Amino acid sequence: MTADTMNVPGNAPGNAPGNAPSPRSDTTPLMRVENLKMHFPIHAGIFRRQVGTIKAVDGITFDIKRGETLGLVGESGCGKSTAGRVMLRLYDATEGKILLDGVDIAPFKGERLRKMRPRMQMVFQDPHASLNPRMTVGSIIAEPLDEHGLLKGAEREERVEELLDAVGLNPAFANRYPHEFSGGQRQRIGIARAFALNPEFIVCDEPIAALDVSIQAQVVNLLEDLQARFGLTYLFISHDLSMVRHIADRVAVMYLGKIVELASRQDLYATPKHPYTQALLSAVPIPNPAVEATREHIVLKGDLPSPANPPAGCNFCTRCPIATDLCRVEDPEWREIEPGRHVACHYVE
Amino acid sequence: MTMRSVSTTGPKILEVTDLKTVFGTRDGAVHAVNGVSFHLREGELLGIVGESGSGKSVTMMSLLKLVPMPPAEITSGRVMFSARDLLSLSPGEIRKVRGGEIGFIFQDPMTSLNPVFTVGFQLMEPLRKHMGLSKAEAREKAASLLALVGIPSPADRLDDFPHQFSGGMRQRVMIAIALACDPKLLIADEPTTALDVTIQAQILELVRGLRRELGMSMIWITHDLGVVAGIADRVAVMYGGLIVEHAAVEDLYASPKHPYTHALLQTLPSLDSERAEKLQSISGQPPSLDAEPTTCPFAPRCEFAFERCFRENPAIRSTNGGWAEDRVSHDVACWWDIEKGAPRDDG
Repeated sequence: MTADTMNVPGNAPGNAPGNAPSPRSDTTPLMRVENLKMHFPIHAGIFRRQVGTIKAVDGITFDIKRGETLGLVGESGCGKSTAGRVMLRLYDATEGKILLDGVDIAPFKGERLRKMRPRMQMVFQDPHASLNPRMTVGSIIAEPLDEHGLLKGAEREERVEELLDAVGLNPAFANRYPHEFSGGQRQRIGIARAFALNPEFIVCDEPIAALDVSIQAQVVNLLEDLQARFGLTYLFISHDLSMVRHIADRVAVMYLGKIVELASRQDLYATPKHPYTQALLSAVPIPNPAVEATREHIVLKGDLPSPANPPAGCNFCTRCPIATDLCRVEDPEWREIEPGRHVACHYVE
Repeated sequence: MTMRSVSTTGPKILEVTDLKTVFGTRDGAVHAVNGVSFHLREGELLGIVGESGSGKSVTMMSLLKLVPMPPAEITSGRVMFSARDLLSLSPGEIRKVRGGEIGFIFQDPMTSLNPVFTVGFQLMEPLRKHMGLSKAEAREKAASLLALVGIPSPADRLDDFPHQFSGGMRQRVMIAIALACDPKLLIADEPTTALDVTIQAQILELVRGLRRELGMSMIWITHDLGVVAGIADRVAVMYGGLIVEHAAVEDLYASPKHPYTHALLQTLPSLDSERAEKLQSISGQPPSLDAEPTTCPFAPRCEFAFERCFRENPAIRSTNGGWAEDRVSHDVACWWDIEKGAPRDDG
């Protein structure tokens, strides 16, 4: 394992764009999580005693194949960002396995973890908050290179220019500061930084949520181009179901710390099985008045329960239109109903 | 289900003519609104669509002089409401209109409620100020308003503070406050943008219900073309501080005439139709608004732009013969006719 994790950063960063890492023939998924849990303690009182836990991610299992994009959708507070961050080891998982190329990275610590980091990177949601306003664009993009001590001097400059060019910015902008750029351009800088170490796996955490509609398409197209060019694997976290339909190969729907449905894009959007997925899809307004006027909306009652105190039984039972007594007692099992199609509901055939 | 009650004959409740708002900043003037005209008839819902910086919020804030002056200055325009020009009212007079005759729902329910007062207090304030109700009457009315917007056990919740409500519930409280004094007009500035889709669906359902029951006239500002499609009767599209297209909602989506609207509808990935291999995108950036536009503000990003677009700014003109008893004027500010694939005839 060490050999595997060690050699990747070494072989990658010096490469010119265009030298995509050759796709491996083995069928091991690039990323697999098994029963992953991330619980945050709640402290209260003057002694800061732990009085409860927030079950942000509460037992999720799925794989992401090499070269694919998995969309992770859900409403705010459902744990989708936490899931992405814990997979990158930005948090220490409470329980479960995170298998990168078949190697469980969940227990990694210290230098071993640091050495593994260049393989996985993140594009953040808010391009205004995720770039240091006191650093030039060039030093922001070169920071991962410096941190991992890979390139120096002229080579480093060259790599920065190459990255700026790859994300569609003028390489001459390297000496400017983030405030001189618009939202869409800043997101491109964030993307260039994520690509600096030639990672294999990128978590895109709502990368377009802070952008205007006309700019969103530019950024999504850029992400797709880069994926095709470098053979990357994405976890695309978003609450925008129509954009996920465009970019993802498979889609996982998350609700209150659990994945309720996982299916290929075609299946999920054409025949959603879980009542939550159905409600979520029907709640998305369609930009066509003729369709909107005749469409049935499933309007869910109530709000998302608190992840500190999830309901007994199925997490969705408090808002589910078809919930029965069984749902209020027993947590439905995560099962495969058709090949490649998983759902957690008692009443899905 | 939506009701399409486009009235072409009803009384005009609001008429805005040639509104211009300029912000004086350290780096020079920002021309946020550059001559906007529109009207609203009783019982209608007008959607205003545009990206951030297109001037849609500033337009609505300017109507009620809610923009901070200075740095803002309303340099021209008339806002006729109930036979008065709102822009010429004294601060005392316009305060009676705000929250009284015109209700305003703001975008972010987290920041627009005061965290140190109970929801009941904030609801009762306009009732006592504008309608002169006693404390007990106001409390009763406040509870009935919370019930109207679908908050369970309303009488008890009056004593709760905003942080005890969820985002969707807070937005319901905002709507209740806006509705408190039976306003003739309700202006909603991105009321569902900060909410999740399932909560947004609840709020949209609520607004449809309220319109059915109260026949409310509304202006709904949003950047979401999907939301507007579901609730509006007419839509105005803003770009660079100007209304560049206006039409009945069906016409706008079926045959957008401005290249910006056209491109915007193309960039949206769809939930139901064939998945495009590549998203259409609009290249370039929105305009910087440092001067009043003398050329078409969209021309640098427009795929149809030709020489005239860089020389003159097109005025907004009707393309279907203007208003008639059974027709909503479809207006566009563009030199190019997308359907003909040629420049428009005259100037």
